[in-house]
Amino acid sequence: MTISKQQHEHMLRQMLRVRHFEENLYQMYLAKQVPGMSPHLSVGQEAVAVGVCTALEEKDYVLTTHRGHGHVLAKGANMNRMLAEILGKETGYCHGRGGSMHIADVSLNIIGANGIVGGGLPIAVGSALSSVYLNRNAVTVCFFGDAASNIGTFHEALNMAAIWKLPVVWVCENNQYGLSTSITDTLAGASVAGRGSAYGMPGYTIDGNDVLGVYETAVKAVNHARNGNGPSIIEAKTYRWYGHGASDNRSYRTRDEENAWKAKCPILKYTDYLAKNGIVSQTQFDVMEKQAQQEVQDAIKFSNESPLPSPDAVCDYIFSETL
Amino acid sequence: MAEMTYRNAVAQAIIEEMQRDPNVIIMGEDVGRFGGAMAATKGVYERFGPKRVIDTPISEAAIIGAALGAALTGLRPIAEIMFVDFTTCCMDQIANQVAKVRYMLGGQVRVPLVIRTQGGAGKSYAAQHSQNLEAWFAAVPGLRVVMPATPADAKGLLKSAIRSNDPVMVIENKILYGGKGEVPDSNEYLVPIGKAAVVRPGKNVTVVSHSRQLFESLNAANTLAAFGIDCEVIDLKTISPLDMTTILTSLEKTGRLIVVEEGHKSFGVGAEISARIMELGFDLLEAPVVRVASVDTPIPFSPVLEKATIPNSDSIASAIKKMFV
Repeated sequence: MTISKQQHEHMLRQMLRVRHFEENLYQMYLAKQVPGMSPHLSVGQEAVAVGVCTALEEKDYVLTTHRGHGHVLAKGANMNRMLAEILGKETGYCHGRGGSMHIADVSLNIIGANGIVGGGLPIAVGSALSSVYLNRNAVTVCFFGDAASNIGTFHEALNMAAIWKLPVVWVCENNQYGLSTSITDTLAGASVAGRGSAYGMPGYTIDGNDVLGVYETAVKAVNHARNGNGPSIIEAKTYRWYGHGASDNRSYRTRDEENAWKAKCPILKYTDYLAKNGIVSQTQFDVMEKQAQQEVQDAIKFSNESPLPSPDAVCDYIFSETL
Repeated sequence: MAEMTYRNAVAQAIIEEMQRDPNVIIMGEDVGRFGGAMAATKGVYERFGPKRVIDTPISEAAIIGAALGAALTGLRPIAEIMFVDFTTCCMDQIANQVAKVRYMLGGQVRVPLVIRTQGGAGKSYAAQHSQNLEAWFAAVPGLRVVMPATPADAKGLLKSAIRSNDPVMVIENKILYGGKGEVPDSNEYLVPIGKAAVVRPGKNVTVVSHSRQLFESLNAANTLAAFGIDCEVIDLKTISPLDMTTILTSLEKTGRLIVVEEGHKSFGVGAEISARIMELGFDLLEAPVVRVASVDTPIPFSPVLEKATIPNSDSIASAIKKMFV
C-alpha cells in the first residue's frame, strides 16, 4: 500500500495532537482543574485511533467509548470545544452536559461516546443499517475495549451485523486491562478477533502500536464493508500507559511491564520509520510537535475563558420538542 | 369511523405511518412474516417487505440499540419488544442510551424512536410475562410513556409517537388486543401525547386510571351509580409526562381522588400522582387520596392467585365506597 507524504504527515500530526492533549489533561487533572472522575486517557494507544480514522471518509460513522478523546480528535474534532466540554463549559461540544466520557461531534458523524462498556456496539448496528437503507454507503466504525468483548451486547451486535451483512468495522483496542483486571484472567479463547470469526466475519489481530499496520488493516476492513461484504473485526493490541483513570495507582501491574510497553511507543516507532525513510525530518517533527503543543495551549486558554453553562438552562436538551 | 380491534388499530397506525414516511421501519422479534407475537403487525410485512419490516434475532439490547443508531442517522424506527418484561434485557439501551443521548450530547441529535411493547396481567402468564412496568420508565428523564386503553387511542397515540422527534415508549396491553372499538379512519387521526381525558363525567369522586384498569374503573363507576356515588373517570393515556391539569381540574369539582393502576402499589404511578396532589392540590382534598394497585408480589401463575393480586371492578368499587363512609 502506498501512503503519500501528506498522509504520513497527517497521521503523525494527529498522533501528536492526541498525545499532547492527553498529557496536558493529565496535568490539569493533577492540578485539580478537571471536574468529575479522573479522565480516561489513551496515551500509548494513539496509533489505533489515528490509523483507523485515517482510513475513513467524513461521511463514515464513529462510535467511541469512555476512553474516546483520541478517536474524536482523529476524526477531526475541534480541540477547543473538546477541552471546554471536559471542563464543563457552555462552549463545549455538549454544553457541559456530557463531559469527558460523552464528547462527540455529530457534524463529523461521530454519533456517540459511551460511558457504558459495550453500550455503543448495538447502536453501531443501527447506523450501519440506516446507511444501507438510505444508500449512503457510509461505514460505521465502533471502537470498544477488550473488556467489552465479555458483555452480552458484543455478541448480540456482532451477530446482528453479520446476519445482515452490515458495513461495520468493529475495532477492539486491546489495552490489556479492564480497569485493574488483566485480560489473561477474563478472556476465554485465544483472542477477541477470534470471537468475531465465530460470527463468520474476517478477524485481524494486529500490533496496535504500529500506525501503518493499523491503517492498512483498517483500509482493508473499511473497503470490505463499503463493498457490501459485511462486518470485520480488528483487535489492535496496545497498552494504556496511565491507569484506568488518571488517579489509578496501577498497583495491579509492574513498572517493568509498563516500561516494556513504553519502549514500544507508537509515536516513537512511527517517527523512527519516517526519519529512516526520509519522509519526515527531525526539524519537521519538532515543528509539528510545537504546533500540537500550541493547539493544546490555545484550547486551555479558550476553555478557561469560556463561560459556564447557566443553571437556569439545566433542563435544555432533554427533549427536542415541547408538548 | 370503523369498528376494529385494538390490535388491528395498532397495525393500521403502523401501516399508515409507513405509507406516509418511507423512513419509518419496524424491527423486532417475529414482527415480520409471522405478524407479531400478539398479531399486532399483521399485514405490515406483506405490504412493506423485509427491508422495512425486520425480523430480528432474540437480542433485545441489539434491537433497541440498532433502532437508536438508525434513529440517530435518519430513520424513524419502531422497535418492538415482545413483552415489557423483556425490557429488562435492554434496560441499558433504553435508560442509558435512548433516554440520555440527546442530553449528553447537548442537543446535537434528535431521537425519533418508538419502543412498542405490551404488558399487563390477567392471562396467567406468570411472573415474567405479566408485569406493568410503566413506573420504571416514567422515572427516567428523557422518555415519554404512553399507554392506550382503547382501539382509537392505540391508533392515535402510536401515530403521534411515530411522528415525534423524541423517544416514546408505547406500552400496549395484552388483554386489550382483542377488544373492539370505534376508530377514526383518518390518516391524520393523532391523539396528543401528554393529555389525559375525562371519559366519564361525574361529581363525587375522581378516578384516575389507565390501560386495562380504565375499564375496570368504568365498571366500578357503573356499579357505584346505583349507590348514589357519581364517579368522574379519567384515562391518563400518557404516563409521562403526567397531565396534572386534567386531574386537578376534576379534583376541584369532586374533592376526592382515587388512583387505580395494575402496577405494583409501591413506588407506582399512583404514588407519584398522590405526591403531586399533595404539592399542587392539597387544599382541594376533602379526603385522603386512595391508591388501588396490584399487591407487591411477583404476579402468580394460578388464576385464583393472580386474581387476588390485581385490581378489578369489585376491589375498585369497594375502595371508592370506603371513601364515603
